[in-house]
Amino acid sequence: MAQMNLLQAINSALITAMTDDEKVMVFGEDVGHFGGVFRATSNLQEKFGKARCFNTPLTEQGIIGFANGLAAQGSVPVAEIQFSDYIFPAFDQIVNETAKWRYRSGGQFSCGTLTIRTPYGGGIAGGHYHSQSPEAFFAHIPGMKVVIPRNPKQAKGLLLASIADDNPVLFMEPKRLYRASVGEVPDNSYHLPLGKADIVKEGKDITLLAWGAQVEIIEKAAQMAEKDGVSCEVIDLQSILPWDVETITQSVFKTGRLLINHEAPLTGGFASEIAASVQERCFLYLEAPIKRVCGLDTPYPLAHEKEYMPDHLKTYEAIKRTINY
Amino acid sequence: MHDRNHLSNVGVTNEVSVISNGIIDIPMLQLLDENGKETNKKQTPNLSKEKAVKIANAMQYTRLLDERMVGAQRQGRISFYLACTGEEASIVGSAAALEPQDMVMSQYREQGVLAYRGYTTEQFMNQMFSNKDDPNKGRQMPIHYGDKKLNFMTISSPLGTQIPQAAGYAYGQKMAGLPAITICYFGEGAASEGDFHAGVNMAAVLKCPVIFFCRNNGYAISTPAEEQFAGDGIASRGIGYGVKTIRVDGNDSLAIYAATKEARAIALEENCPVLIEAMTYRLAAHSTSDDPSGYRSKEEEEKWRMKDPVTRYNNWLKDKGWFDQVATDKLLETARADILAAVKKAEKIDICPLPDIISDVYDEAPWHLKEQLAELQEHVEKYPEAYPKTAGRTR
Repeated sequence: MAQMNLLQAINSALITAMTDDEKVMVFGEDVGHFGGVFRATSNLQEKFGKARCFNTPLTEQGIIGFANGLAAQGSVPVAEIQFSDYIFPAFDQIVNETAKWRYRSGGQFSCGTLTIRTPYGGGIAGGHYHSQSPEAFFAHIPGMKVVIPRNPKQAKGLLLASIADDNPVLFMEPKRLYRASVGEVPDNSYHLPLGKADIVKEGKDITLLAWGAQVEIIEKAAQMAEKDGVSCEVIDLQSILPWDVETITQSVFKTGRLLINHEAPLTGGFASEIAASVQERCFLYLEAPIKRVCGLDTPYPLAHEKEYMPDHLKTYEAIKRTINY
Repeated sequence: MHDRNHLSNVGVTNEVSVISNGIIDIPMLQLLDENGKETNKKQTPNLSKEKAVKIANAMQYTRLLDERMVGAQRQGRISFYLACTGEEASIVGSAAALEPQDMVMSQYREQGVLAYRGYTTEQFMNQMFSNKDDPNKGRQMPIHYGDKKLNFMTISSPLGTQIPQAAGYAYGQKMAGLPAITICYFGEGAASEGDFHAGVNMAAVLKCPVIFFCRNNGYAISTPAEEQFAGDGIASRGIGYGVKTIRVDGNDSLAIYAATKEARAIALEENCPVLIEAMTYRLAAHSTSDDPSGYRSKEEEEKWRMKDPVTRYNNWLKDKGWFDQVATDKLLETARADILAAVKKAEKIDICPLPDIISDVYDEAPWHLKEQLAELQEHVEKYPEAYPKTAGRTR
């Protein structure tokens, strides 16, 4: 065990994966000698050579296209998109190629070994183009897995599981926690299961659900609500696709109330999918409408960042309204 | 870390002189003239009779298959077809210069590669009739072939996506130390996609053993090449990206063979990409959904029919004394009968059973797909007459 921040945990996972399997290759813009703009790939080129950790030209569609071919060949690419705001030139490669490769070939070929890492999310004064949370776009693509960790320990275990998983995974890293989140991380290799939510704290009156950096926001709101005598169950979804409907519904059967928090805009956000599925399964158990506390349906603002964010205060107010419905 | 000077190779001029398009002359390699006569005996590839005849047969077979399947589409037996008529020399000539372990990532008009590699008529039909014997499980429109055993990557419709993928595939081959390269086919229209620029540049920078084979056939559906680009074709771009490049007469099988053979040797030995621009003409319509009479003249088509690659190659075979009319007639007669029989057989074979609608989305079906399948099974079982293809085979 060692104290690590989230970036160091990612770096540790990449070192582990590259040590265990020489077919693992890490590449993207500035990931080589420089170690990435956030330093997630520090020292990898020195340790594993320029053939296995390298800079690419500045072309996201090229990076993912290249990664698709490399994965189909049988290598294990871990491609970095520097900011998830810049993943859209690669959208065609992900939607039409990565995700459909196995299906369209009847299982003869696949991109299963591919992992795409990308920082996402706000809270760093990044404005429109360094703050977005585009997970819902990718949750709409059959064939993809989408995974988001909330802290260093989850990050290492989930990233190693994503690299080992025989399906393409989009691994989204909450960039505002890169250095802010620090915790104990095992030195060895370990996998945390994909498709499984994590119950962070048990409670009985309301289920609070979030992922990535918003988990600490709902935890903070839960602490405020507990002072009012409201017992909150806090769940980290961890995998957006496929998502753990079982853990969520079991929790809602118990609490009768569900609040979902995400940074992405409200309309068409992944909370909508969760709300629809949970009401189908838990209709007669619900004591109040399912509540969504999300970003506004605006481009991600700069000067109004604080107002835009679904913070602990908005969440706390929504908990009270749901409890008193 | 070392200091660098990215201006070190840049000369200086004191004249205001803007460089014009076409300043570099990129001639087109031709080894057979339009009558099939050798133009430079020293450069004529050293082909065995067996291989030379195999190339001829694959070209003839491809032409026949195209004719018959366009007919089958007109009869309503398949939904769609895409012929490569007029481009057989480019496709088969290049396929013949490769090794079986080389990966083929094609666009969609390269059935001649499969014909050369021994794909059977039955295999072609199983794909086109999307039945359960298609290894791709009937999931894509006709002509989206894919066959792992023949190292032929399953085709996808979006244009140009295979270009950066081929760079990545080739990088993997290099890293694995395999004596193999990747060939990537695409048209001059697809070369306008961003993926072309991304892929060729990446292959050059990352030193990938890949052949980028552009079939410049004059048209992207109805859009003529002069409305597609203003530069000197696609070859000039290769040079711009620092990629070794050759332009070839795409209707000359021998020139295509020689160029591809050389490109393969360079790609493998020097670990680098090579770009081939084959200058040809799409005598066929873009697809069975297209009618070229709306955008080009009969005279233009006729002019190109006179440059027919199959006739040109056969004339060369005749000069060599390797052309056997009786054997060729027999080959085509047998193929005609085989295609007819295979169509009749393939259209009667069932599609995959219902559970295959969710297989291969992931390595294992997650809960939501299993749930959706269970609902669908129950529904199809309730209304079997509405879903005759899978009723009775729902589990």
